[in-house]
Parts: sequence; C-alpha cells; structure tokens
Amino acid sequence: MEQILANGLYLGAQYALIALGLTLIFSLMNVLNFAHGQMYVFGGFVTYTVVAQLGLPFIVGLIASAVVLAVMGALIEKFLFRPVIARSKRDESTMLLAAGIAFFLDAVILLLFGEKQRGVPKVVNGVFNWDMRLIMPYDRILIAVLAIALIVGFILFMQYSRTGRAMRALAQDRVAAQLMGVDVDRYSMIGFALGAMLAGLVGGLLVTITGINLGMGGPTSIKAFLMIMIGGAGVISGAIAGGFILGMMESIGLTLLAAYGDVTYLVIFVTLMIFLAIRPQGLMGKPWG
Amino acid sequence: MTDQTQSIAQGRSSTTRLAGVLAFLLAVFVLVPAFIALTGRWDFYYTLTSVALLSVAAAGVWLTFYIGRINIGQGAYALTGGYVSAILITQYGVSFWLTLPLAGLFCALVSVVIGLPILRLRGVYFAMVTLVLTEVARLTALALPVTNGAKGITSIPLPGELSIFGLTIIPDFATLANPKLAFYLMAAVLMVVTYLVLWRIVNSRLGHLCRSLQQNEELSASIGVNTAMLRVLAYAISSFFGGLAGAIFVAISQSIYPSSFVVQDSVNFMLYCFLGGLGYVFGPMLGTLLLYFGWDLLSVAKQYQLLIYSGALIALMLVLPNGVLSLLDRKGGRK
Repeated sequence: MEQILANGLYLGAQYALIALGLTLIFSLMNVLNFAHGQMYVFGGFVTYTVVAQLGLPFIVGLIASAVVLAVMGALIEKFLFRPVIARSKRDESTMLLAAGIAFFLDAVILLLFGEKQRGVPKVVNGVFNWDMRLIMPYDRILIAVLAIALIVGFILFMQYSRTGRAMRALAQDRVAAQLMGVDVDRYSMIGFALGAMLAGLVGGLLVTITGINLGMGGPTSIKAFLMIMIGGAGVISGAIAGGFILGMMESIGLTLLAAYGDVTYLVIFVTLMIFLAIRPQGLMGKPWG
Repeated sequence: MTDQTQSIAQGRSSTTRLAGVLAFLLAVFVLVPAFIALTGRWDFYYTLTSVALLSVAAAGVWLTFYIGRINIGQGAYALTGGYVSAILITQYGVSFWLTLPLAGLFCALVSVVIGLPILRLRGVYFAMVTLVLTEVARLTALALPVTNGAKGITSIPLPGELSIFGLTIIPDFATLANPKLAFYLMAAVLMVVTYLVLWRIVNSRLGHLCRSLQQNEELSASIGVNTAMLRVLAYAISSFFGGLAGAIFVAISQSIYPSSFVVQDSVNFMLYCFLGGLGYVFGPMLGTLLLYFGWDLLSVAKQYQLLIYSGALIALMLVLPNGVLSLLDRKGGRK
C-alpha cells in the first residue's frame, strides 16, 4: 500500500508539472496547446544533448531545456498564435494551428535528434528501502522532490511576483486587465514562454529516468488534457489536483487491475466521462471558463 | 476538382450552381477514371477512395462544428462502424451491403447514449472528452473478446453481390477485374450523396436551428428551440457518417485492428474541416483532398515530408485563418 501511494505521488508530481504549463497557456490565451507533449519531448532531448553528448552536468542540461523551450514558446506565441487569434473568426481556429505546430515539432525532433529512445545516466545511484515495504530508487525521489519544488516555486511566483499578478489578472478578464494598464501582448508572450518552459523542464527531469523518444509527445498531451479536465481547465489549483489524482489512479489501477489485463486507462477514461457528465467544469473550474 | 468545388460554393444563381454540380460530377466519375487510365497511376485510386471516405467522416465532424462543438472523436465512430461491419460479415454471414446501414445506425445509437451526457459540455471540454473517446474506443476494442483484441479481424471477404428480385444492381466485387475502380466509384457515390444530404440539412429548418445553436445556445433555448434534442440529433447524424466511412474502409482493407483509427485520425478529421473552412458545406471535402492528397504527393520529399507538410499547414493558417474557402469571401463579399 505504501508503495502504491509513493508511486502515485511520484507520478503525480511530474504530471502536475506538465498540466500546470498547459493550463497556464489555456487560461491566458484560451488556446488548447496540442503541441504540449511535443514540447515536453523536445525539452527531454535538449537535456539529453547537453548531458550525454556534451558531457556537462545535469543541472546545466535542465537549465538549457528551460531556456530553449521558453524562447521557443515566446516565438510561437508572437509569430504564430497572436496573428491567427487576431484575424480568425472563430476561436477554434487556433486548434488547427496548435496541431500544425505539434506536427512541425515532431518533424523537427525527428530531423534533429532521430527516432531512437534516448536516456542519460542516473544522476544519483542507490535505492531507498524501508523494510521492503517501500522501495524507491534515489533518483526517482530526487526527481519527485525537484518537481514538487518547481510546483511550489511556480505557485509562489504566480501569487507574489508582479508578472504573476499580471498574468492572473489576464486570466480572469482580459479586457479589464488591459484597462488597468496590463500590457496584454507582453504577458501573453511571457505566459506562453513559461508554459512551454515547464513542459521542457519535465522533459529534462524525466529523461534521467524513463528516457525519451519521439512517440511520447501525443500520449503525453492526452494525459495532460485528462488532468486539466479532472481539475478544471485554466485553474492552477485544478491542474495540480488533476495531476496528482491521475498519478494516484494510474498507480492504484496498475496494481489492482493488473489481473484483468491492460484495462487501467479504459477504467480511468470511463470514470472520467461519468464524472464530467455530473460535473462538466471539473473539480475547480469555472463553468464554461 | 478544386475549381469545381469552388464553383459549387460560389454558385449564386441556380444555373451556375447546376453547372458547377454537373462539372463536379463529371470530374469525379468521368475525368478522374479517364486520367488514371491514361497515365496508368493506379495507385491514385486508393488515394482518391480514401479521400472520398475520409471526407464523408469529416462531413460528420463538420456538422458538429455547425452546432458549435469541436468534435475530435470521429475516429471512435469510424472504428465502431468498422468493427460492426466486420463482425457481422465474418461471424454472422450478413451481406456487406446490409452491414453498411447497420454500422451507421449502430454508431448513431451509441452516439445518442454517449452524447446525452457529454453534449452538455462546451468548448474545449467537449473537445477533450471526444478526444478521450477515441482512446476509449481503441482500448475497448483491445479488451473485448468479440473484437479479437490486438490481433484484429482479418481476411474479411470482399463485398458480395447486391440484387433485388434477381436483378443484379451491384456485382460481386470478387468477380470484378478491377475492384479498385469499383471501390472508388462506391466511395465517390457515397461522398456525393453525403454532401447532398449535408447541403440539404444546412439549407433546411434544421440547419437554421443549428446555426442558432452555434451563435448563442441560451438565446435559442429561450425562444423555444429544443437545444438538447437538436444537439443529440446533429451528433447522431455525424456519427452515422463516421460509422459508414469506417465500414467501407474495412471492406477495402479487408481487415480491422484496434489501431485502425487512432487519435491521430480523429485530429485529422478536425483539421480537414478547419482547413476547408468551417463556414462552408464543401469545406471538409476540399480540406480532405488538399491535406490527404498533399501528404501523399509529398512522400517524394522523404524525411522532410512531415516538415514541409506541417510548415505548409501553419503557413496556410497564418494566411487564411478562416479556411481555404474563405478566399471566396474576399472576392464575392457574401456572408
């Protein structure tokens, strides 16, 4: 039981971090970022390149992932999303753009990094063993702690910094924020960069454990969608709750339902659909946010 | 074909519209087979058949867009339709032609059951749930015993003879010298009929009601439109098209696997609609043709195929955010 909970927490921490980036972008721009999973993969490959090929320390790789993805996010917002949002008749048109960017990133990753599964050596060795009841490698604990630290840092940033306040204002009411003197364009760009950066950071963290490959982008996006649906789209607390809930469900499901074959995700999906039929806006979302 | 489709949408008076339709039919049923026979590019038949079938499924997605819902779950219904047809043919020996409407109806029925709760969702919530629905369909197909799991159902016989009172209407596909052509004609006929139905729906009272839903659901409910019923109806029609297309795909490939239609396909259906233009009935058809055919032609670029394809997609979106058919707006200035 302890093992299941620990696994759930470990999964949940990384999931929450992915969902945070997605929900941030959604709340600021009303864009469902289909390319989020690809950004995550890209971040993983940047860390891999820096650590495994250039031989630099892991922390440098992580910072490189964050910087590269933040720049990429800012450019994507400025040159792609902004003009399309300004000119299209229906909001949904951005979904085509986001899907196009997802394909594009897939193509770029394929050309730059190839299609092989890549990983970097363990950051720390050894396994934590509590009386055979709870077994967890130290590197997983390190990653989980780092992920939780990043989540806490992100919440503090959103809560207390000037930029964070401006972005929260933007998420609440775009027009009102603009009237109060918030530079809407600038903070949309920062928000998108931040969201992309979070995706890149998770990629960089996980490349040390599970490794990374080209095909992981799409499934990661779907998982991230699930999380923000559970918690409510565009709400930061909801994304964190959604991430941890999905992590727990996956961990418990994989243990309990193992006897019935590979049905964990089927059960999760069906539960989610029933849940959404009862509470369409998720746990903490605003109705039709 | 592009010009003909455009002329249909552009046709203001009934004579130009009629001429456009005739030109389109001529292109589909005479010019394309003639062109393929001349150039010997028989592989185009498979591509064009796929385009026709995908555009039938995309027509369904377009109809859900028309009531203001983003549908990324058409792959689920295509898969369901395919399995219904495959199971009926292989296990119960039902004629393919009978399974076709049955597959569509089964999908429509399923979509009513699923649609009743989830159609209450809006915007990205509905989009995400339908996306998940595609995964649900795939995982269900993997888990159920009747679908034979990951091994799928293979060696499904070709469509048999269709006859009424001993009069053969459609010959047995297995006896034909060229089943590719037969499949192409079947798919093309289905596409033409589908878009005729869609066009009729949009220009009927039902279409006007759907448009009111797209613009403001509360307002239309307040003046007495039964929005709940209308939503489910539109969604059921949409899923019917999806199931139909899926069933024919199975007949062509003579096999079906849980991965025959995946999330990628569902997303593609949505992209076809966007690219063609959400405000135009023939948008999804044009979008399917451009994207699917374009992808096929780009295969000469080898490893840069996806790069060029996605780059073109992004560029198109930047230049024409309201779809390719919005070009007509600029010239004609209607809508």
